[in-house]
Amino acid sequence: MDTWWLALTFRLGYNTSLVTLGTMLLGAGAGMIGTFILLRKRSLVSDAISHATLPGLALAFILVGLIQGDGRWLPALLAGAAGSAAFGLWAVQRISERTRLGEDAAIGAVLSTFFAFGVVLITVIQSMAVTGQAGLTGYLVGATAGMLASEAQLIALCALAVLLAILGLRREFLMVCFDADFARTQGVPTGRIDLAMLALLMVVVVIGLKVTGLILIVALTIIPPVTARFWSDRPLRMVALAAVLGTLAGYLGVTLSAVAEGLPTGPLIVLAAFALFFVSFLFSPRRGVLASLLAYQRFRRRVHLRQGLLAVARDEPIFDDLTLKVLRRRGYLRRDGVPTLPGRAAARDAEHEERLWALYRERYPEDALQQEHSGLTPIAHVLSPDAIMTLEAELLGDASAGSRA
Amino acid sequence: MSDFMMFSLVPLVVAVVIGMTCALLGNFLVLRRQSLIGDAISHVALPGIVVSFILTGMLASTAMMLGAGVSALVTVVMIELIRRLGRVETSAAMGVTFTSLFAVGVLLLEWHDATGVHLDVEHALYGNLESLIWFEGTGPGALYDPAALAGLPPQLARVVLVGLVVVAFVGVFRRHLVLGSFDPDYAASVRAHPALVDLLLVSLVAVAAIAAFEAVGSIIVIAMFICPAAAARLMTDRLAAQIAWSQGFAVLASVLGYVLAGYGPGWFGYEVSLSAAGMIATLSGLILLAACLAGPRRRPAAA
Repeated sequence: MDTWWLALTFRLGYNTSLVTLGTMLLGAGAGMIGTFILLRKRSLVSDAISHATLPGLALAFILVGLIQGDGRWLPALLAGAAGSAAFGLWAVQRISERTRLGEDAAIGAVLSTFFAFGVVLITVIQSMAVTGQAGLTGYLVGATAGMLASEAQLIALCALAVLLAILGLRREFLMVCFDADFARTQGVPTGRIDLAMLALLMVVVVIGLKVTGLILIVALTIIPPVTARFWSDRPLRMVALAAVLGTLAGYLGVTLSAVAEGLPTGPLIVLAAFALFFVSFLFSPRRGVLASLLAYQRFRRRVHLRQGLLAVARDEPIFDDLTLKVLRRRGYLRRDGVPTLPGRAAARDAEHEERLWALYRERYPEDALQQEHSGLTPIAHVLSPDAIMTLEAELLGDASAGSRA
Repeated sequence: MSDFMMFSLVPLVVAVVIGMTCALLGNFLVLRRQSLIGDAISHVALPGIVVSFILTGMLASTAMMLGAGVSALVTVVMIELIRRLGRVETSAAMGVTFTSLFAVGVLLLEWHDATGVHLDVEHALYGNLESLIWFEGTGPGALYDPAALAGLPPQLARVVLVGLVVVAFVGVFRRHLVLGSFDPDYAASVRAHPALVDLLLVSLVAVAAIAAFEAVGSIIVIAMFICPAAAARLMTDRLAAQIAWSQGFAVLASVLGYVLAGYGPGWFGYEVSLSAAGMIATLSGLILLAACLAGPRRRPAAA
């Protein structure tokens, strides 16, 4: 607990603090670019990208190892990873465009084949006389414990660059996400913007390899944006929220992993992100499970109230327990089931409202189809006062005609 | 010859059986555009195995299969809950689910590492086909010798059993599967229970993923599900022919991949061997590539 507090307050040494900061920047970048990818409904493309980095990583390791005897040189590894990720991405695009296979099959095939080839290369490495092989497995599930200061600096710098690029391109990204055709008419080079989006995603994935590992970096580009979606419908606000959530997940995960020896960073970051997601999933006031449940209950009560009042107006007996309860609680019904005066008044209003709606539906069936009615919307919310006056007059006319006949 | 019997026969047979089993199921995943369910489920096999291992203390097959079933159910339920209740897009819901569960698996695995378990992260990710050694397989005679046969690695019996179950499933539910793949609404209207068959398919994918887990790991198995079936999809328009193609591709990739990994470096004078599972999956990817470039039915259907 004490260690965690020290880590949280950046007092666990220069390296740990640097790693924490780098991860937070990475989380912010991943959250932001992930939001655009989510809006574009291509979340799992990042899964393909991240698995496709492995062969490039291994190839770079072999090359560097042959040259200098130790394969662990982060810039070259990242460059190799980016190269093969780009190739994988291109393969996904071509397969889903040029063949009858869906994007899902393309993603699955590319990610597993590239990963498998990477595994073959890793067994090649194991047979070579190159040191630093243990460092390679750190890229599978992430390891920040032994990270060098220079590596952390590189990651932080790249993350910062990505952040700035996303900030600069956010308007174009949004246009492409929501209406690519419109964007094209406005002179936005949609193809190039799309490419820039995927390139930034790739950079985030590649620099995240060292921190969360290649299987879990996907989570940082998916979970924070999905979480942000629970709190806002406005895209730019979503981007900002996802950045904050990603930062928070990185912060919590890295500091937690500093608590004990051998706690893997990647899974902890992902689980921190998932915890934030889960809280939002339950308690978000807009789309959360709790809010939906409450809204459903409210709606049910309104339906029962309306039906009960109509029954009272028509002097029909009420048997449903919930209806009785709702009416009693409002004071419309006495304990013995006899309507009170306010109850009768409310029932008259409800009945009148229902007649207006019925007349409206009869006179203007096409318009009525457009309105969302479900028997609960007050007609005054839907029609203008003039239109209601006309309906009222017609209703009166009907009534007098009926009494004359 | 006795070398081959001892070191290569069992891994080869296991690879072929796993390849064929996975490719058979993969046909339906590809047709239903549910390939990524296979992706998600095979990632989630890891926590399923780790939890069942922690609970029972050993890699027993029944416990593992149970773990597989439970983890598949948890995954499907979680994805559906997030998708429906949270109104999140399917692929994003999948991403949230499988990465989180995988993270749980890795965390538990690393945690348990201290107690000296022969199950580590690398093993879990890319398997170890080569470890299936048949010590009693000293010669061709061992094939008729009950004592030697009893010494076969238990994984062999496990994958064969799973393969038979999968074949039985596809045989029994053939019509339901086909209907559900092409027209779920119609399938529901003729009481072909598409939802139930769907769930069974997903559970079997999980079972196959777990059976393959020890041999090829949880990611390479995705290639075994998708690549042969996807390549077969580009060869023909008929389902029966597609399944036949996929089986052929699976066998080809498994045998060739195993031989290349085991003996390939030797042909160039290097005395090493490469990851057989990785090589098999790489080859199945290459087969898919060839099908993408030259398959007679590769073009998208004209709109």
